[in-house]
Order: sequence, then C-alpha cells, then structure tokens
Amino acid sequence: MNEEMEENEEMAKLMIVFRTAPYGSIYAFEGLENVLIMAAYDQDISVLFVDDGVYAIKKGMDTTATGIKNFSPTFRAMEAYDIEKVFIDRTSMEERGLKLEDLVVEPEVVEAEAVEKMMEEQKNFFMF
Amino acid sequence: MLHLINESPFESKSLDDCLKYAAKGSPILLFEDAIYGAMAGTSLEEKMKGILADHDIYVLKEDLAMRGVDQLIDGMKEVDCTGFVGLVEEHKTASW
Repeated sequence: MNEEMEENEEMAKLMIVFRTAPYGSIYAFEGLENVLIMAAYDQDISVLFVDDGVYAIKKGMDTTATGIKNFSPTFRAMEAYDIEKVFIDRTSMEERGLKLEDLVVEPEVVEAEAVEKMMEEQKNFFMF
Repeated sequence: MLHLINESPFESKSLDDCLKYAAKGSPILLFEDAIYGAMAGTSLEEKMKGILADHDIYVLKEDLAMRGVDQLIDGMKEVDCTGFVGLVEEHKTASW
C-alpha cells in the first residue's frame, strides 16, 4: 500500500513535442488535445515546439474562408492548466522567420543542446 | 506545365525535386504547408528569390490566411481558389 502511494506521488515527467505545421495534417491539433488531456491528470508536462511545429503557435491565423476551426488560440489555455514548461527551439524559430512576438504563447527559447538534455530527463514522449 | 507543391519546403524535398525538372518559365503554385516557402524573413528567402528569377510563383491566399502568414517575399503572386482553378485550366499540371 505504502509503495503504491509513493509511486502515485511521483509525477511522471512527460514531454509533448510539436514538430509539424498546423492544418496540413491533423498532428498539431491532436498534439494540442493531448496536452490538455494530460494536464487534467496532473502530470509533470513539458511542451516543446521544434521544426515546422513552431508554426502551430503563430499569431494571426484566420480560418474563416476555409471553415476549419482555428485552434491556435487554444494554446493559451495551457497557462490555465498550469503548464509552465513551454519551450521553443531557437534554430527552428529563426530559420522559419519567427520572433517571440509573433507567437500566441510565450515559450522559453532553448538551444538544441538544452533540448537534448531535457529529452533525456523525460519518462515519456508524445510526438506530433 | 504548372507545378503544384503542397509540402513545407523546410521538411520536404518536393520543391527541390520539382526544380530539378521544371522548365525555365514554367509556373509553380504553392499551397497548404508549401506556402511557408513564400514567407518573408525565413532562411529560405534567398533561395526562393533565386527561383523567382526563373519562374512565376503563385501562393494560395486561403492557405496563407489560415496559417497567419501575411509577409511575403517580393514577387510572390497571391491567388485565391478561383485563381487556382483558372491556372489549372490554362496549364497541364504536375503535383510533386
């Protein structure tokens, strides 16, 4: 019984990685759902935007002409879910012409080496 | 021949493959995730400008708006869905 409780108290570290652009595929949207679902279970969540995944949090999306739901504002809900570990890879962001003020959320900018270290610390990954 | 590209040039080699075989002067249309290639200020900007010297590049407006991309490299031509259809009527097409 005691052991079980101890296990439960230890929050699993998990990381959700966005690496695809929004709308061209369903991945970014699914990733967002995954973040919010996992947050409901009080896990130790980190969220990371790399490669084309950085475009998922670009400001100014207007999907009215296509009738598809604009899901980018929902990323702001991460704060309400107490997800504070939100990161973006510097190279991915800069290569793709984005600055922090272009984004709907305020991730911490990290270098690839830091990403590598962070990944080693996680128990589980979800790649989108 | 109108060359159609729908994958992000950062993640896919569709655009490079297309350029290997596209005749000088043949138009290229970027849509879906390929529109990021038309965005100003990216690491691909110089390369895209080079392509513009040999090809007209059209970019689908609806896909730009949806992805919040409003700053384009000079010389990129925006078309809406109706314009897209018009281009397809005018040319034979190749989807990469």
